[in-house]
Amino acid sequence: MLRYTFYRLIQGFITVWFIATATFTAMHMIPGDPLTSEKAMTAEIRANLEAKYGLDKPVGEQYLIYLKNIASGDFGISFTQKNREVNDIIREHFPVSATLGLLAILFAATGGVLFGALTALFRNRAPDYAIMFFVILGISVPGFVVAALGQLSLVNINAFLGFTVLPVGGWGTVAHMILPAMVLGLGTMAYLTRLMRSSMLEIVNSDFIRTARAKGLPATRVFSKHQLRNASLPVVTVLGPAIAGITTGGFVVEYVFAIPGLGRYFVQAVQQTDYTVIMGTTVFYGAFLVFMVIAVDLVYGFIDPRVRLK
Amino acid sequence: MADVTVDESSFARAAGRQLLIYGLLTLIGFTAIMFGLNVMASFVGSDTGSSKAIDASTKSITLALRDEPPQLDSTKATDAISGQILGHVMEGLLRQDAQNKIQAGVAETWEITPEGATFHLRPDALWSDGKPVTAHDFVFSWRTVVDPKTASEYAFIMYFVKNAEAINLGTLPITELGVTGLDDRTLRVEFERPLSFFEKVVAFKTFLPIREDFYKQTKGRYGADTHEMLYNGPFRVTSWVHGASLKVVKSEHYWRRDEIKLNSINWAYMTSDPNATFNFFKDGKIAVAGLSADSLANAMEQRWQIKQFQEGVVFFLEFNQRPDRLTRNLNLRKALQLVNDPSEVVNKVTKLPGYLVSDSLFPVYLDGVKDKFKVEKPPKQIVRDVAAARRHLELAKQELGLKEIPPLALLSDDTPTANVMAEYYQGLFRDTLGLELRIDKQIFKQRLAKMTSGEFDLVTAGWGPDYEDLLTFGDLFASWNLNNRGRYASAEYDRQVRIVQSSMDQVERVEAFAKMQDLIIDDAVILFNYERGASYVTHPQIKGIVRRVIGSDPDFSYAWIDEGQG
Repeated sequence: MLRYTFYRLIQGFITVWFIATATFTAMHMIPGDPLTSEKAMTAEIRANLEAKYGLDKPVGEQYLIYLKNIASGDFGISFTQKNREVNDIIREHFPVSATLGLLAILFAATGGVLFGALTALFRNRAPDYAIMFFVILGISVPGFVVAALGQLSLVNINAFLGFTVLPVGGWGTVAHMILPAMVLGLGTMAYLTRLMRSSMLEIVNSDFIRTARAKGLPATRVFSKHQLRNASLPVVTVLGPAIAGITTGGFVVEYVFAIPGLGRYFVQAVQQTDYTVIMGTTVFYGAFLVFMVIAVDLVYGFIDPRVRLK
Repeated sequence: MADVTVDESSFARAAGRQLLIYGLLTLIGFTAIMFGLNVMASFVGSDTGSSKAIDASTKSITLALRDEPPQLDSTKATDAISGQILGHVMEGLLRQDAQNKIQAGVAETWEITPEGATFHLRPDALWSDGKPVTAHDFVFSWRTVVDPKTASEYAFIMYFVKNAEAINLGTLPITELGVTGLDDRTLRVEFERPLSFFEKVVAFKTFLPIREDFYKQTKGRYGADTHEMLYNGPFRVTSWVHGASLKVVKSEHYWRRDEIKLNSINWAYMTSDPNATFNFFKDGKIAVAGLSADSLANAMEQRWQIKQFQEGVVFFLEFNQRPDRLTRNLNLRKALQLVNDPSEVVNKVTKLPGYLVSDSLFPVYLDGVKDKFKVEKPPKQIVRDVAAARRHLELAKQELGLKEIPPLALLSDDTPTANVMAEYYQGLFRDTLGLELRIDKQIFKQRLAKMTSGEFDLVTAGWGPDYEDLLTFGDLFASWNLNNRGRYASAEYDRQVRIVQSSMDQVERVEAFAKMQDLIIDDAVILFNYERGASYVTHPQIKGIVRRVIGSDPDFSYAWIDEGQG
């Protein structure tokens, strides 16, 4: 197990290095750089600026400096927010994205498992059809539409009731988190419901269920110990990437609900060609994703003992 | 599942019950987590939940910001949002009043001669820590702006000060800058060249004071956070949660504090989503909201009073006149100019509220001699004439020795408005002239990079003012201006620019500007599109919001709450 963990961690480091390299290359290939601005500047001023930010050095040397800085955990200073360090930006805004993301994934995972099990139990009956209708909606309607609709409905509900049920946006209390987390988790929940449903249906027909029921185990025990537990394995598998995906992909929700998450800085950095923030956020997110995948693989071993043997 | 013999419905019922129990447990779990998060959230977030749009009892208002100010370091700030906040928390030598007239700020009195200016600072101008604002604070910040090491994008605006340009280019030390503190309360500025609109420029954010001892103590983080900055304006920042909120309260040290009526302004939301902002307004959370085309209709249904404001930014298509480009040919440009109809662009294509049809390089708000410039010197009108356009196109083909004009490249932004515009022009030129346009869509910075390197035939461009004078638009097409990215070069145009730069006689200057306005049309330098405007709604109780093209906009420092309303 230890060896396996070590091996996976090495793999992870290589992946992150690859992400850093690919981002660095892509970033330097697009036209323009962080110094490109609406106001044109003379060659002398530009040269001064390039020297200040180390952009006058050959790209290869810049790359080595970047790698060295990243290895020591220093992502540098933002080009657009000129007096702020990228480390500060990540430290201040990632917890917000992470809180929102975790809440969303919690909501998605529990909802997915419960609704998936429900649809499988009542296959081809009213609850199944009703839930699957919403699942299709949840998968096909893009997040920004759901977010805008959700917010608009909340405005109307608040106006109708004459008091604030839930705040329409902003950040600070749990009340602020509920709707954005639900919106953010909706797509994943729909996906997990479908996954859970098919995996439940597959298991209902397997031999060990038939044995369990044949030997007269109570229905509740067959259902929770044998069906539910085994059927939720695929859900756990996709959970790792889903956590990373939701935590890093909350940009639209953060934008609509005015939430100070990292997503805004990530997207803006790309638009502004802010080299240091692009590198910082991408490498950070990349490392986070890789770490989540590894973590899930290790957790998998606890749920399914067979995995540990390999 | 025919082989399963156990009664299916009873199994489903039992399992369903079990599922219900799990569901309830989950709900309890969620509540517990929420509670835990609530405790945690009080450490990271800002308190935005309880605030109302307007609170008359505490004289405070809540607003939304379009974006996070990148920094409040006035030597580096370039964007409108930093400018807005700085306008509330800082004050320069001179300030703009509610009618946008120049008034005394930190300077009580001042004298201007063609060689320079002397400012006498008021004794009661204080920093937020109670110490007086001195002439040295201006000397320090101005030197910092032109210091090449600061790399300020707005350094050029100080080039009228003696030696500023040379220092900025690194050929003179910063101590050579023509600004000196004769004593703590007397500031002497020497000019490189006389400036007819000097007073307006000095009110600009780049000229704000910074206290040296405090600046040095922040170790490069000046203006990055609440406590890493000193304030000398009507308000001071009391909390700034990055990306979330920024709150200012009335400063007890400000010399005009009795005239400031609001006790606090809380920008409690930061989002650039116009629909979200509109929803906050509808929900009674913020006092002002900008309108998009969608929310404008909604606001009209609600019968809210809608206000409009011209932002003074002109948008146009600029031709590339580099020697290797077909668009260097005047007849080709004329042909395109004669089919261009800006009113169609504004009314049928972009359809954005508050946008004006543009017919000149100069926006409507700029002053001439006595009246607005465009009232005194109305530009020539171009009427769409497809037949004439085709004649020009034939001439162009002959001159260029081409049977057909190959597709022209239109460099465009990747925004919804730019997209519909690009497609509109593609259709227009094809239908009227049989000309093809190849659309090159790029995000903002990449468009700028390609504009600068000249990789386009036409480009969707815009220009906003840096200071309150016609020159901020006029010198854009001077042959030496680096922002003249289409490289239009005309000896006559350059001559007029030199006149307006050196003359102190406004009548003569306005004549020259009128000639420049004509040349832009005669030489078909750009195709006019629109002048950007904004529509917005305000809470009926809030009065005295000042909108301005240059400076702090919107400015709430002159605002008050009128309880008799709404």
